[in-house]
Amino acid sequence: MDNTEKIKFVIDDKVCYAEPGQTILEAAKSNGVYIPSLCYIEGVKPPGSCRICNVRVNNRNLIACTTPVAEGMIIDNDIPELNELRKAIVEMLFVSGNHFCPGCEKSGNCELQALAYRFQMMVPRFPYEFPEKGVNATSKYIFHDRNRCIMCKRCIGKVMKDEKHVFAYNSRGGEHLHVVMDEELASQLTEEEATEAMDICPVGAILKKERGYYSPIGHRKYDKESIGSDIEKK
Amino acid sequence: MAKKITIEPVTRVEGHGKVTIHLDDQNNVTNTRLHIVEFRGFERFILGRPYWEAPVLVQRLCGICPVSHHLAAAKALDVIVGAGVGDSLTPVGEKMRRLMHYGQIFQSHSLHFFHLVSPDLLFGIDADPAIRNIIGVALKHKDLAVQGVMMRKFGQEVIRATAGKKIHGTGAIPGGINKHLELEDKELLLNGPDPVNADKMVEWAQGAVDFFKDYYKKNKDMIDNFAFFPSNHLSIVRKDGALDLYNGVLRAVDAEGNKILDDVDCQEYNKYIEEEVRSWSYMKFPYIKKLGKEKGWYRVGPLARLNTCDFIPTPLAQKEFEEYKAINKGKPDNCCLHYHYARLIEILHTGEMMKELLNDPDLMKGDLTVKGTKVKKGVGVLEAPRGTLFHQYEINDDDQITLANLIVSTTNNNEPMNQSVNIVAKTWMNGKPEITEPMMNAVEVAIRAYDPCLSCATHALGKMPLEISLYDVNNELVDKKRT
Ligand code: SF4
Repeated sequence: MDNTEKIKFVIDDKVCYAEPGQTILEAAKSNGVYIPSLCYIEGVKPPGSCRICNVRVNNRNLIACTTPVAEGMIIDNDIPELNELRKAIVEMLFVSGNHFCPGCEKSGNCELQALAYRFQMMVPRFPYEFPEKGVNATSKYIFHDRNRCIMCKRCIGKVMKDEKHVFAYNSRGGEHLHVVMDEELASQLTEEEATEAMDICPVGAILKKERGYYSPIGHRKYDKESIGSDIEKK
Repeated sequence: MAKKITIEPVTRVEGHGKVTIHLDDQNNVTNTRLHIVEFRGFERFILGRPYWEAPVLVQRLCGICPVSHHLAAAKALDVIVGAGVGDSLTPVGEKMRRLMHYGQIFQSHSLHFFHLVSPDLLFGIDADPAIRNIIGVALKHKDLAVQGVMMRKFGQEVIRATAGKKIHGTGAIPGGINKHLELEDKELLLNGPDPVNADKMVEWAQGAVDFFKDYYKKNKDMIDNFAFFPSNHLSIVRKDGALDLYNGVLRAVDAEGNKILDDVDCQEYNKYIEEEVRSWSYMKFPYIKKLGKEKGWYRVGPLARLNTCDFIPTPLAQKEFEEYKAINKGKPDNCCLHYHYARLIEILHTGEMMKELLNDPDLMKGDLTVKGTKVKKGVGVLEAPRGTLFHQYEINDDDQITLANLIVSTTNNNEPMNQSVNIVAKTWMNGKPEITEPMMNAVEVAIRAYDPCLSCATHALGKMPLEISLYDVNNELVDKKRT
């Protein structure tokens, strides 16, 4: 398909082209523009739950991972106003969980931490919640720390065993909503599947047992380059 | 009328402490107590966490010697993951950890000697604190101050090369290490631009020993007699009796050099060592069980290590060791200020060890970890800069920590520090119910000999902020002074 058949749009003053059906987030990505996000993961219907990817289209805030791109859209993404909002969301996620990077093995590979660096989060602006949602260590290969869960739902959509969901919401609405692990299904996961589950989780809520801190500092995902720079380099 | 004096450091990082001195009606010292608030919280909040987090999490209890905690925890977990004890790791696993450990001791000892102790030696214990600090050293003895800074820097670079970061890294993992030594780092540390290279470090370490020996010659009486008291000494030693800071068996000797414990497997430390709780202190008092609470307390750290070991397995340090041992004709050394002498010989030893390891090709190749059959308990013991450090963990079937017990070096030295303060207070009280400047200084110097964490925390600029309060029998404040 040449550019004449594609959808033409502008993001951060850059003229871009998209395939029909692409969301703003996907289209931006294929044009080398990074829109920060946490809940989005390829291969799963975007839940639009984290709200970090919100962009401004014709003076309206829209969620980039769920909104299809349309011809002639003028999109603001990397602007101070939006980045301030995103930073505030990241800060709120930090204080609503037990995200103590110094002791967390996901440090350096954690998307929430990487976004905090990208948005230059310095001090907690909001009070800590210190949740006590508990941990589930019963599975052979997975340690599930619910106190670090940011409810992105990635694991719900992506971690499967025999076509069954290993993770699910325990209830709907209210204060006690959290993601729980099906102990029986989780125990059937192979080591490789457990490692994949850990990689799916953007934070340190799903840990692969017994292989902590195997990546040396300096060789972790975001040690050398900030989150999104792989897209921006394209 | 009985009175109580309180000396309280007001600035703190790694816990804090205060000294109380109790006087009788004639203003004689009846009792002294050094109170230190320790880091016991870690033993509680690590419960329930997955075991492999321990080396990274627990090291956060200290900003001064985190590597020691990192490695002690990793050693305990080696046992838990079935990798075995001590030499059972792969060559790179064992040697990278040793390099990290020597880097830590080298930098910690250097910081202590050059920044914290040298002002006392160069300007005298009684000198004005406004001069008696590292800034004073930098102004008057620039070379020495620069060496201190660069030696610390070198040690920190070694830690970075092995643990990934200069402070609070992640190198040691259960069963081994997470990286090889990189060529770039090896080159930098061995052949880096002067003065940051291993040869220069050994040369400067030798220079520091010579500096102290010279000072000792001129001030022998003071150094030998300051806060002198006989005690037992404990450390790990290599199976053959060599000084080994990373791995070995427990040995304890009495003030005369008779062996109280020898060849004790560290996994069984709690069969031999007990901790006493005293109502007035947060810090426990460890003692050797078979000698009981009264007689079983012991010193740890550089002085104790050179009293327990038979020899040092590096040539330059061994030569100094022989000269040092000759002072007491081979008998244990019970002089409080000889801690500094022993510490400097250890700086030389760790400098030599680092150089040897950096030249060892094993650090750049081979399997990083080993694993075996998991067990539920493990103990890790090593010699931290300040003395023997014990870490003990137990886990459940779900890999969660169910028990953590740490005996940190400063805790092992609890009773000896109390004894030192007692002796100093008795010597320096002037018969009046008042706090004198010389006594405050002497208390500071006595505590600092052990290099407890609180001295680092409060003495970075040569001034250990102390507050002394004098109370009468009814606990009414009658006098108060600050350094
Ligand atoms: S466990 Fe991880 S992947 Fe699952 S919802 Fe929570 S943060 Fe997202």
